[in-house]
Parts: sequence; structure tokens; C-alpha cells
Amino acid sequence: MPAFILRRLLQSVLVMLTVALVAFGLFRYIGDPVNNMVGQEATMAEREALRESLGLNDAVPLQFLRFVANAAQGEFGVSYRMARPVADVIAERLPATLELALISGFGALALGIALGVYTALRRDGWLSHAIMGLSLVGVSLPTFLIGILLIYVFAVELKVLPAFGRGEVVDLGWWTTGLLTPSGLKSLVMPAITLGLYQLTLIMRLVRAEMLEVLRTDYIKFARARGLSDRAVHFGHALRNTLLPVITITGLQIGSIIAFAIITETVFQWPGVGLLFITAVQFVDIPVMAAYLVLIALIFVVINLIVDLLYFVVDPRLRVQRSGRGQ
Amino acid sequence: MNVPHIDQMNAGGGLPLLSVRRLRVEFPSRRGTLLALDDVSFDIARGEVLGVVGESGAGKSLTGAAIIGLLEPPGRIAGGEILLDGEAIHELSGEAMRRLRGRRIAMIFQDPLTSLNPLYTVGEQLVETMLTHLELTPAAARERALALLDEVGIPAPAQRIDHYPHQFSGGMRQRVVIALALCAEPELIIADEPTTALDVSVQAQIIALLRRLCRQHHTAVMLVTHDMGVIAETADRVAVMYAGRVVEIGPVDEVVRAPAHPYTRGLMGAIPVLGDEVERLVQIDGAMPRLDAIPPGCAFHPRCAAAFARCRIECPELQPAGATRAACWLYAPAEMAEGGGR
Repeated sequence: MPAFILRRLLQSVLVMLTVALVAFGLFRYIGDPVNNMVGQEATMAEREALRESLGLNDAVPLQFLRFVANAAQGEFGVSYRMARPVADVIAERLPATLELALISGFGALALGIALGVYTALRRDGWLSHAIMGLSLVGVSLPTFLIGILLIYVFAVELKVLPAFGRGEVVDLGWWTTGLLTPSGLKSLVMPAITLGLYQLTLIMRLVRAEMLEVLRTDYIKFARARGLSDRAVHFGHALRNTLLPVITITGLQIGSIIAFAIITETVFQWPGVGLLFITAVQFVDIPVMAAYLVLIALIFVVINLIVDLLYFVVDPRLRVQRSGRGQ
Repeated sequence: MNVPHIDQMNAGGGLPLLSVRRLRVEFPSRRGTLLALDDVSFDIARGEVLGVVGESGAGKSLTGAAIIGLLEPPGRIAGGEILLDGEAIHELSGEAMRRLRGRRIAMIFQDPLTSLNPLYTVGEQLVETMLTHLELTPAAARERALALLDEVGIPAPAQRIDHYPHQFSGGMRQRVVIALALCAEPELIIADEPTTALDVSVQAQIIALLRRLCRQHHTAVMLVTHDMGVIAETADRVAVMYAGRVVEIGPVDEVVRAPAHPYTRGLMGAIPVLGDEVERLVQIDGAMPRLDAIPPGCAFHPRCAAAFARCRIECPELQPAGATRAACWLYAPAEMAEGGGR
């Protein structure tokens, strides 16, 4: 197992280096950063001075090495637009995105598993049919539309939830949280639903399909023939066997929730990194874009690593494979 | 707990342990209702081994599933009764039936490779089953699990109890499955082709083990198989099934030595006997009819060399035929009123 982890870590490093190369490429090939930083009336000399001070005249491999070394320490330079260190800007915005993504992700996971199990066990019930029908809507409606519909109903018509922003936020020094104030919690409801609905239906359908599959297996029949209670058969034996694919998909989905919270954050003007990224794109703020790219890649890599480790926890066949076949 | 007292095997008098009476199982489908079991009747005495043979689709496994209450929907019992010790178990509620499963009637399935949950150790699965049925502390259940694993011939049970199913070979897994079936001391075990998926060399071991354990625990066995050899070695009596009906039933020696029903004769003729100089093995022409195309009269008549007019019209009941009982008009008493089919 340690060998396996080591191999995975090495792969992760390779992935990160590749992403860093792409991020670095942004600086080189998307416009001239100097043009974006200086005013219209800047002289050639001024431009050249800036170019020199940013290190843009050095050899390309050297620049890349410098970029990687800085990135490893969380240094992505200074935002062209805000003239502040990118690391600070992102650190400021990250809690908002992570809170939103984790809450909607784990909410979708919990509800998705519960509904998936229910619809699998009561396959022919009218409620199951209703849930399955509704889940089609969840899969096919685009995120922004759901967000706008929610805003229209709950913010404009019913006036019970705020239409935008994060509400009051408590500053814990290294982290800002909206989970401790009523207005913060209220503000979280609609973005979390908007972001999580698709994942919810996806997980639910996956759990249902896997569960139906497992319920047909011999060991479930044998568990019934041994007289185990329905509860033990369904949750102890069947559900646990459906978890491997669910873990895989959930891991990927949580990654993409964080990465693609952009749309939800835009619709609800949620002050997270997604919104930061969109603004950065509009202003060609390349250091911010590059940092975002690297950050998201890092999140994916870490989540994948966690998922791989979870496999070992869940499936004994992987755990003991290397220690030979028993005796 | 219950002390097994040495009873007379096949006790002639007294209540049979299991009594299946005119059992009908049907599968409603869009194209009409299929009758999968028709008028199936047999008894199993305490401690007795009843072999059930027949081709695939004859209804052997389905009979087992109906007895233990695990018919796959939409299959359902449409008539007849199943009595365990005189109690009608086919009409028990789901919960009462669940408590009976594993406790009084246990089941062993065909494929030991897929019968065990891959995510739990064999010890966990044994302990779970015991705690479901018996008043035991987890520690006592583990003790018992160890003893059972030893009894079914798992070497080094103290280590093996914490191993996962994939760490066992097929034969060893079937031993674990047998231990699981035995763990609440059931009165009847339904063994559904318990050796079909195993190597030939392992098959004999498993059958011997099953027979020995059931003798010791005085457990009755309904041994479903299509292997006449296994039946001849193991069973006390044998029931031959064809197209959802029992066509012949009797003591195993008699059925093997002097089969009465033409179908049974065909089955016996198809078994190669070492040392016999036969040009060709006998084979039964044609195939068993599908459930939706069972011919009127005796279902076997289209393939039967001895068929005559009555066979095409009327379906025969089991009647005495030599030392066994066969559902065949060849043995019809000359219009003598038969009193009750016991």
C-alpha cells in the first residue's frame, strides 16, 4: 500500500507540473501583460523598465522555473487589476467558495444516497416514480436557470431569502464564515441548492442503479435466506456494496462543484473565487487566472488521492491483495 | 438448546418434517400467466435426505425458493400448501417467515464464489447470522463460529475467521456457506445445486461433508441437483421433476435400480456406467417444453415411446408403480377407485 500511495503522489506531482506549464503559458501567449498594467501614455522606456522588473526579459525555462518555485510557495505575483498579491486575493475569496461547495456537495451526497436507496427499494411506488421524474428535471435544467427561478420565487415574489451576496460574515482571522449568522445562512440556501441539484440527481440515479444491481446478487439472496432483517440486508449488505462507484463519482463531483461554482457565483453575486475568476477573465488579469487554474488542479488532485485511499477503507479485496491469498 | 436424540430415520409414522401439498407456483406476465409448478407434492421426514432431480427449468430450484419463501416477484404461490411440522408456513407474514429462514429452514446456493458478501469477513457473517437467530453474546457467537468453521473442515479456523471470502478457494467457501447454513441448527437445509460450480474432486468432499453434518445434527436435506450420481450417493429418497411436476418419487435405490416412469428410465439410461459395454448412451429425443407451451395431458407424452391415447388427453397423478410412485398411465389401476393420494 505505501508503494501505491507513493506512485499516486508522483503522478500527482506530474499533473501539477503540467498544469503549471499551461498556467505559465498564459503569461507568455495571452496578450502582453505590460500593456494591461501601464496607462495609455506610458513611454517605451517606462514599459521596458516594468518589463525588466517583472523578469519578462529572462530566458523562458528560467521564467518557468521561477514561476513553479513561486507557485509552490503560494506566490502568483501581483494582480494586474487590483495591484495586490494574488495569493491574498484568493485566500480572501476561498472560504466563500469552499463553504458553498462543501455544503451543497455533502448535502447532495446525503440526500442523493437516501433518495437513491428509497427509489431502489420501493421501485414501483408512486413516490419513487415521482422522484425519478423530477430528477430528470434536475439533470436537464441548466444551473443558471434554476438559480434565476429560485431568485424569482423566493427573493422577488415571496421575499424570504436574499437574492445575492453572502450576508453577514464572521471573521475568524484566517477564515471568514457565513455559517454563524442568520443572514449568512439564509444567503447560503439558494446558491447551495442551485449548485447541488445536479449532483443530487446524479448521485441519486447512480445509487439507485447500483443498488438495484446489488440487490440481484447471490450474496443478497443468501443474506435473505439466512433470515437477516430487511434493514441488515439493505443497509449492512447492499448499500455498502454500492459505495465504491458512489465514492468515485462524488469525489469528482465535489471537485467540479468547486471548480465550476463560477456560474452559481455569478448568478448570486457570491463573493468567491469563481466570481473572482470571471472578473479576471474580463480584465485579462493573467496572474489571477493562472493562480485559479493551479488551485483548481490542486483541489482535483487532492480529492482524487483521498478517493483512492477511501477505496482501501471500503474494499477489503484491495487491502489484502498484496499480502497473498491467506495461507 | 435442543438435544438431538437419535430417532428412527425415515420414521414411518408421525408427522413429516416438511410436507408439500399440491403446490402451484405461477408467474403472471403480460402475455398471460405461466404455471411454473403444478401440483407438486412430497414429504421430507426428519433427518431424511430427499434428492430432487430434473433438467434445467423443471422447477427444482423454484420448489426450494417457494418453500423458504423467497420466490422472486412476480412469482407467487397460487395454490396448495407447505407444512413445516404441521404448521402452514406458506401463509406466514413476511416477518414471521424471515424469523423462520436460517433458523428452521436454511438454504445453500449453487455458487459459493458469489454467495458471500465480499466486504465482510467470514466471522462477521457467521456472527451476524447467529445474533439474528440465537440469544448469544457476540463473544459466545464468535466462539461458536470458530467451532463451526472447525467442524466444516476449515484448517486453522482461529486465523481464517478474520479472513475475507476472496481469500478462500471455491471449495473452502462452500464449506463456509455450509457453516452459515448450519449456524442456527436448522431442521431442514435446502441445498440448491451445492456442488455444480465446484471442481469434481471437491464436489465429493462437499457432498460427504454435507451428509456427515446433517446426520450428526439430524438435519433434513432437500438436495436439488441434476447430477444423478450425487443423488444416488447421498439421498434416501428421490423425486424426479419434469416440466413443473413430480413425475416419480421413491426410495433412491429403487428409482435407480428399477425406474418406473419412462422419463426416469431415460435419465438413468443417459448415465454412463463404468464397465458396461454399451454402443451408445440412451438419449431422450426432443427437449422439455417451455412453460408457455406445455402440451395437454402428460407433459412428457411427445417424447415418450410408450405414450398412448390417454396420455394425450389426461394428466396422470402419482400412483404406485412397483416400489416407487410414478405419474404415468402405464401404472393406472384398471379403473379402480384410488383412495386419497398419500
